[in-house]
Amino acid sequence: MPVVKAVTCPVCGSLCDDIELTIENGRIVKVKNGCAMCEAKFLGYCCEHRVLKPMIRKDGELVKTSLKEAIRRAAEILAEANYPVLYGWSNTSCEATSVGIELAEEVGGVIDNTSVVCHGPSILSIQDVGIPSCTLGQIRHRADLIVYWGSNPWSAHPRHIERYTSFSEGRFEKSAWRGYVTKIKALVGRKKIQSAIKRLVLKKPSQISTHLEPTFVSPIMRKGRKLIVIDVRRTKTAEMADFFVQVEPNKDYELLQAFRALIRDQELAVDKVAGVPVEYLEDVADAMVSCDFGALFFGLGLTMSGAKLRNIDAALSLVRDLNMRTKFIIMPMRGHFNVTGANTVSTWQTGYPYAVDFSLGYPRYNPGETSVVDVLLRKESDAALIVASDPVSNFPHKAAEHLAENPLIVIDPHMNVTAQMADVLIPSAFVGIEAAGTAYRMDHVPIPLKKVVNPPRGILPDEEILRRILAEIRKIKKKQEAA
Amino acid sequence: MGEKPKLRVTLLTGRTIEQGVGKEHGKSSKEYVESVSVCYMDPEDMKKLGVKDKTNIQVSTAFGSVVVKAQKSLRAPHPSVIFIPYGPWANVIVDPETHGIGMPSFKGIPATVEPAPEKPVLGLKELLELQFRKG
Ligand code: SF4
Repeated sequence: MPVVKAVTCPVCGSLCDDIELTIENGRIVKVKNGCAMCEAKFLGYCCEHRVLKPMIRKDGELVKTSLKEAIRRAAEILAEANYPVLYGWSNTSCEATSVGIELAEEVGGVIDNTSVVCHGPSILSIQDVGIPSCTLGQIRHRADLIVYWGSNPWSAHPRHIERYTSFSEGRFEKSAWRGYVTKIKALVGRKKIQSAIKRLVLKKPSQISTHLEPTFVSPIMRKGRKLIVIDVRRTKTAEMADFFVQVEPNKDYELLQAFRALIRDQELAVDKVAGVPVEYLEDVADAMVSCDFGALFFGLGLTMSGAKLRNIDAALSLVRDLNMRTKFIIMPMRGHFNVTGANTVSTWQTGYPYAVDFSLGYPRYNPGETSVVDVLLRKESDAALIVASDPVSNFPHKAAEHLAENPLIVIDPHMNVTAQMADVLIPSAFVGIEAAGTAYRMDHVPIPLKKVVNPPRGILPDEEILRRILAEIRKIKKKQEAA
Repeated sequence: MGEKPKLRVTLLTGRTIEQGVGKEHGKSSKEYVESVSVCYMDPEDMKKLGVKDKTNIQVSTAFGSVVVKAQKSLRAPHPSVIFIPYGPWANVIVDPETHGIGMPSFKGIPATVEPAPEKPVLGLKELLELQFRKG
């Protein structure tokens, strides 16, 4: 059985490129090195929910049609529209996004990618403040302090910790895995003892404190990589941390500013900030200042809550301040595997990373006005093209409602919720499994995606479908001009 | 019967590994639907409301109301904070306002929770039909 090595996993922004796939009769039968999400994708992508034939809505029902007809209908919808939105792009290749932007320019629409509902605020803030960054390889080999703020890699980027941060074996920094195992063993031991005491000595369990705080050697004294987790919930990632700061919801901004004061050795005149005792924060600030190379990763917990982009301003400023004392970098934890690529390609071609409006014939960028959710909430769009994304299940109900009312073209391999609302549905090949392409990892390193198996018959990659739609639109326009 | 108990909470939405795996199985798969039509609650809060694990609750915000299954959070304590994975159920009740920067609020939304043993958790199809009358 052929084994394909060094395959890139097309699921999350970590883009692990060490996956090994065993292929049998043109199907993937075994996945090595991947996490649960990776396995689910490679083994389950060809499932019953796959769309195999192009479809068009007729009398309220989706019915099968030919590819040619579907492309013609899609082109008609877009050519007729005054202000279409073209949305998605984070789960496809850079090459497809590139054609998508050309298409948006041709039809004078708004092209936006999923970063508008995830790290959009981060991008706005980075444009204002700037960002000290580096590659994940640097972090793997050199970082001795990792901070995850408002991000739970255990669930959203399962191998991030193992490949790039705390548990990775770097050239100059060793994995903290062993220390963690010891800690967990001790914790389990403690829990067992506590429950034994509960059972044997005290019959009333409510009288003893069940709050188990691991009391170990102060993490500051410990050698090796350290992990700080700041989150509103005690996530799985938090359990591994040397320091866990449980911030009250929507209070991240206060906490960030408190850290900024603390690392400048200023005194805080309060006992608690965001529900956390200042003494504890002082310890955490000490750990930040005393590291040699720190890396702060932030997730949607920071961009989506409370002050949104102002949180990111504060986080970027904190890292800038830290760089006066030591070396520190900061990076957003990008979700979809090629959302970074969507931003990058959009920036090359239009000058702007997302929310680009071509309705005046040249690119305009004004998130809050030209961003897709706002366009939909104002009910301005009159058609939509969705590529490799599921906005109906990801957008707030009000925005999704207008999207469903628009003539809707969906290009996606799966029958997702948006596809069920489509007026034209064109199935596509899975990029990274059935089609090759390029994707950008969260640290802006471009990584090739492989084609490991053939797509089902008659199914094309996103890029090709978009090219055909674009060609068809140009044909229609030429005819109109001639007439 | 007296007033039904109600609890004021802060709603967070986000990713879970079950949702991440479920989504790769396909959005109409049972795995996906089961992974996103739940609400993780602090066990103490559940006691206060008198709801048991895996029973139905109604979560309401200024933007809508939806019935989901309550599930004991393994990540407690987080009193008065509830968590619903990203998905069509969460979207019924999140805040669409983008505050001029293009992004709606998916986290930190004031909400209330009440037991709803007599109301069903809608399936994906019913939920969509109710909301969009298309599909
Ligand atoms: S961490 Fe992300 S990129 Fe790596 S194997 Fe898991 S899903 Fe794939």
